[in-house]
Amino acid sequence: MNWQALIPLIAVLLIIFGVGVWSGKYIKTSNNFMQDYFLGGRSLGGFVLAMTMTATYGSASSFIGGPGTAYTEGLGWVLLAMTQVSTGYFVLMVLGKKFAIVTRKYKALTMVDFLKKRYRSKWVVLISALSIIIFLFSAMAAQWIGGARLIESLVGIPYTTALFIFALFVLIYVTIGGFRAVALTDAIQGMIMFVGTLILLIATIIAGGGLSNIMEGLSAENPNLVTPYGAEGTLTPAFVSSFWILVGVGVVALPQITVRAMSYKDSRSMHRAIIIGTIVVGVIMLNMHLIGVLARPILPGIEVGDKVMPLIALEVLPKWLAGIVLAAPMAAIMSTVDSLLLLVSSSVVKDVYLNYVEPNASHRRVKRLSIGVTATLGIIVFLMALNPPDLIIWLNLFAFGGLEAAFIWPIVMGLYWEKGNKYGALASMVTGVGLYILSDSFFPQPFGMHSVVLPVVVAFFAYVIASLGTQEKVIGQET
Amino acid sequence: MKHENKDDSDPRYKVANREALFGVGLVIFNFIWWYAFAYGLGSKDPSEYTYVFGLPAWFFYSCVLGFVVMAVLVTIVVKKWFVEVPFDEEGDGK
Repeated sequence: MNWQALIPLIAVLLIIFGVGVWSGKYIKTSNNFMQDYFLGGRSLGGFVLAMTMTATYGSASSFIGGPGTAYTEGLGWVLLAMTQVSTGYFVLMVLGKKFAIVTRKYKALTMVDFLKKRYRSKWVVLISALSIIIFLFSAMAAQWIGGARLIESLVGIPYTTALFIFALFVLIYVTIGGFRAVALTDAIQGMIMFVGTLILLIATIIAGGGLSNIMEGLSAENPNLVTPYGAEGTLTPAFVSSFWILVGVGVVALPQITVRAMSYKDSRSMHRAIIIGTIVVGVIMLNMHLIGVLARPILPGIEVGDKVMPLIALEVLPKWLAGIVLAAPMAAIMSTVDSLLLLVSSSVVKDVYLNYVEPNASHRRVKRLSIGVTATLGIIVFLMALNPPDLIIWLNLFAFGGLEAAFIWPIVMGLYWEKGNKYGALASMVTGVGLYILSDSFFPQPFGMHSVVLPVVVAFFAYVIASLGTQEKVIGQET
Repeated sequence: MKHENKDDSDPRYKVANREALFGVGLVIFNFIWWYAFAYGLGSKDPSEYTYVFGLPAWFFYSCVLGFVVMAVLVTIVVKKWFVEVPFDEEGDGK
């Protein structure tokens, strides 16, 4: 046990927990429960918005899996990770004001709400809700595994116990506090990540005897580690570039991100969030992955990639500081998990139940149901995570790709192209997801690119062709 | 059935469309910068690499400097060209 590291870590987590429970008070006195629980009352300021986007996005894939992979692949993986800087400005600029205005006009609370009012189709709603539930479930499981791994290697308790502690913690504050709790805790977690990775990077460089020294060590071990091509030379330009779609621009279609793009207060908050978000995402991504690479000459021979972060922190920092810094990846995981949990829960309650099962449910019933569903979902994910696969990063990226293939065009074209209609949206979602799953299982890297690229391109044409082909049909129906 | 998203006359949409295009422009610029430095300087043999502040030049220009440039550009674009518009229905006097 590392008690010296553990006590600061627990203290940080307790503060986060406290904020979550405190913001639950708003919900109790609220007279618009749905809007408050799932959207924080559309009152987010610029700083909180930027932080909650960053924290939600900077998930276990970047914090645990990412540095681990960077440790194995070298600087090429940092290059790949830097494609994520674009999310900081691209998402808010492209969804931007149009999305904010339109979702207010529609009174939409979730991404599916938006699709429902834009396309007015039962099938669009059902397929969207279903994709969200399935894909985000696998993403969540991946995150929980990451969280538990971290506790496991830090504290030295068995995986199952670690998972249990982690799950209990997240469940309580999400269930009580809703979106506001999630956004506020994200803001704290974002700051911890920002400062924590900065401290760790500096300490790692000092421990390695300066950057030049570390780079020499790397090229002495394997010159490929300092090239953009990865340790085995397998990271081709086409493959790495396709991450601009997967973790860069494609992120506009992730429901956990779009829901944030409808939650801010005014234009000023949005402008500030774009600037702060870009800087924060960039700093965190660069530091985090660079730490993974620089750790290699200092701590050679780590076999489980997920353990690189905790081990290097314990190695180069004083124990108590390592505890605080390690709250960063912990924070990242928690903030991703809590957003996903809330989102899946909103899909079940708002998009499916209230739309098709019982539209006139009473206020109290909706409230109970929302909290109950959130808790139940958490427990199911916990059970799934008990028996986990080894590399979380791929699991996680699979979920991202699937959602992007499904939603990118129905959202973006739905906003900016008036002729887009429900047939286009359906065609796009079905071809996008279908092709992605087929491609991922049977021909993993078509044309040397990540398997998400082709489905996204094909889904675009499906959207346009199906929309244009059915123009008369739709006009006929609506007049 | 009411057709509420037909009101493209809403002047706020013009602002929104322009800003979305800024986003696309920035991302294209970002990609070119990132790609050109990474693979332009990085495709040499590692023994011929030059180093900047201890990092390989391709990495420094593509990832470190590239990020700083983007952060500055984004700040300039937002401060100079982004317009504040009200989001609520009442705000636009329709």
